[in-house]
Amino acid sequence: MTSLISLDGLTVAHGGNTVLSGVSLSIAPGEIVTVVGPNGSGKSTLLRSVIGAQKPARGTVTRTPGLRIGYVPQKLHIDPTLPLTVRRFLSLPDRVSDARATEALQQAGAGDLAARQMSGLSGGQFQRVLLARALLCNPQLLILDEATQGLDQPGSAAFYQRIEKVRQELGCAVLMVSHELHVVMAASDRVICLNGHVCCEGAPEHVASAPEYRALFGTGTQGALALYRHEHNHSHDHGCTHDHGHQHEAAE
Amino acid sequence: MTLLDDFLIRAALAGIGVALAAAPLGCFVVWRRMAYFGDATAHASILGVALALSFDVSVFAGVLATALAMATTVSALAGRGYAMDTLLGVLAHSSLAFGLVAVSFLQGVRIDLMAYLFGDILAVGRADLAVIWGGAVLVLALLWWRWSALLTATLNPDLAHAAGIDPRREQMVLTIALALVVAVAIKVVGVLLIAAMLLIPAAAARPFATTPERMAVIAGLLGILAATGGLQLAFVLDTPAGPSIVCLAAGLFAASSLTGLMLQRRRR
Repeated sequence: MTSLISLDGLTVAHGGNTVLSGVSLSIAPGEIVTVVGPNGSGKSTLLRSVIGAQKPARGTVTRTPGLRIGYVPQKLHIDPTLPLTVRRFLSLPDRVSDARATEALQQAGAGDLAARQMSGLSGGQFQRVLLARALLCNPQLLILDEATQGLDQPGSAAFYQRIEKVRQELGCAVLMVSHELHVVMAASDRVICLNGHVCCEGAPEHVASAPEYRALFGTGTQGALALYRHEHNHSHDHGCTHDHGHQHEAAE
Repeated sequence: MTLLDDFLIRAALAGIGVALAAAPLGCFVVWRRMAYFGDATAHASILGVALALSFDVSVFAGVLATALAMATTVSALAGRGYAMDTLLGVLAHSSLAFGLVAVSFLQGVRIDLMAYLFGDILAVGRADLAVIWGGAVLVLALLWWRWSALLTATLNPDLAHAAGIDPRREQMVLTIALALVVAVAIKVVGVLLIAAMLLIPAAAARPFATTPERMAVIAGLLGILAATGGLQLAFVLDTPAGPSIVCLAAGLFAASSLTGLMLQRRRR
C-alpha cells in the first residue's frame, strides 16, 4: 500500500530554535493517526508541515500527487467585523453547490446551521462547521489540529466519535493532534508520541505502555469508553474500587 | 460644451471613482485590521509627490512607487522584533516628515502643499479623471479576480495554505491595490484623509451586511453618497471639499452605528 503522505527526516526551526528534528512518518489510506505530545513538542508545526504551511529546514515531505486534504484548524478566530454566514464560509475559496454544502453539513452534524453567522456560533457548532468545510473536497486525508479545544469533555468525545463515523463513511485517512489522549486514543489505529522527535509510535495500547510515553504523560488511560464509565461511576456509584484516581487525573 | 466641462461634474465623477475603488479594499483593511497600514502607505505618498516633482515625472507614478515601496518595506519588516503598530508609526511619520522636508527643497516650482495634504477635488481635470477611473477599474478588477483567495487568506493563513493559496501573495495583492488607491485618491481627498475613505464607508456598512460581498457593495454605496453629498456640502457651505466628504462619511458612520445598536437590541 502506498502512503498518502510521508515525511523523511523532517527538521523544522523557528528563529534558530529547532522545533522538530529528524521526524519520519507516513500515513496510509484510511488509517487514523493521532499525534500526542506535551505543549511545545512541535505537534502543530508537524501538521503545518504536512499541509505545506511550514517550510522544512531539512528533510522532505512527499505527498501523493493530487492528494485532497481536508484541514480543520486548531482555532479559527473570525473577526466580528467580517460578516459571514456558514453557507458563504463553505464556499471559500471554491464555490460549492447548495446540495454539496448541505450534505457536508449533515455529515458533520451541523445540518441546521447554514444560515447562521459564523461569529454567532458556539464552540461546538463552530468546530462542526469547520469539519463540514474540511469534508467538502471529499478528502483522502483529514487533518485536525486540536480540533476540540474549548469543548467540554462530553463535547469532544462526541466530536471524535463523529470523526470515526466520517472515516467509516468516506474512507479517508485522519491525522490529528490532541491533548486529550484518553478520548482520542480509543479511536486511533496508530499513535505517535512526539516531543521534538518521535519518542515512540504504534498501536494505542503499545504506546500507552511504552516507557517514553509514561515518562511524558504518566499512567492510566483507557480510551473514550473509560472516560464515560468513569464519569458515570463518579456520580452514581461511589463504592467502586477500581483504578479511579488515575483516570480522573488523566481526564483533567 | 460637454458634460465633462463642468468642474463640479468632474469632481463628482472623481469622488465616485475613488469611493468605488476604496470600498471593497476598505473592507479588507477593516477585516484584516490594517487601518494603520493604510495610513502609513498614504502618509508615505507625500514623499512620492516630492520625488515626482523633483525628477519631473508624473505625480501618479511617483506616489504609486513610494506607496508600493512603503507597503513592501512594512511587510518585509513585520515580525522582526518590532510590534506592527510601532513599525507603522515610525515609518508613517518619518516618511511624512521626509516628504515635507523634500518638498521644501524644491526650487522654482512652488507647489501648493495643501492640495496634496487635503486634496483638491475641484481642480480635477480630464486627464486626472482618466487616471482616477483607470486606477479604480484596475483595483476593482484585481480584487474581483482574487476575491475568494483574498477572503480565505483573511480568514486564516493556514486554511489558505491547505487550499493551495499562498497568503503572502494575497497580502501582496492587497498591498498593490492599496498603493493604487492611494495614488488615485491623493487628488481627491489628499494624503491625510485617504485612510478615512478606506475605513469609514466599510465600517459604516458592517451593521447592515450578512456576507462579505454585501458589505463591499453597501460600503461602495455609502462611499458614493459621502463623495457626492460632501461635494454638495462643500459647494453650499463653501468649505474644503475633501474634508467635507470625510465629515459626511463620518456622519453616515455614526448613523449606521446607532441603527446597528438599535437593531441588535430589538433582536434580543
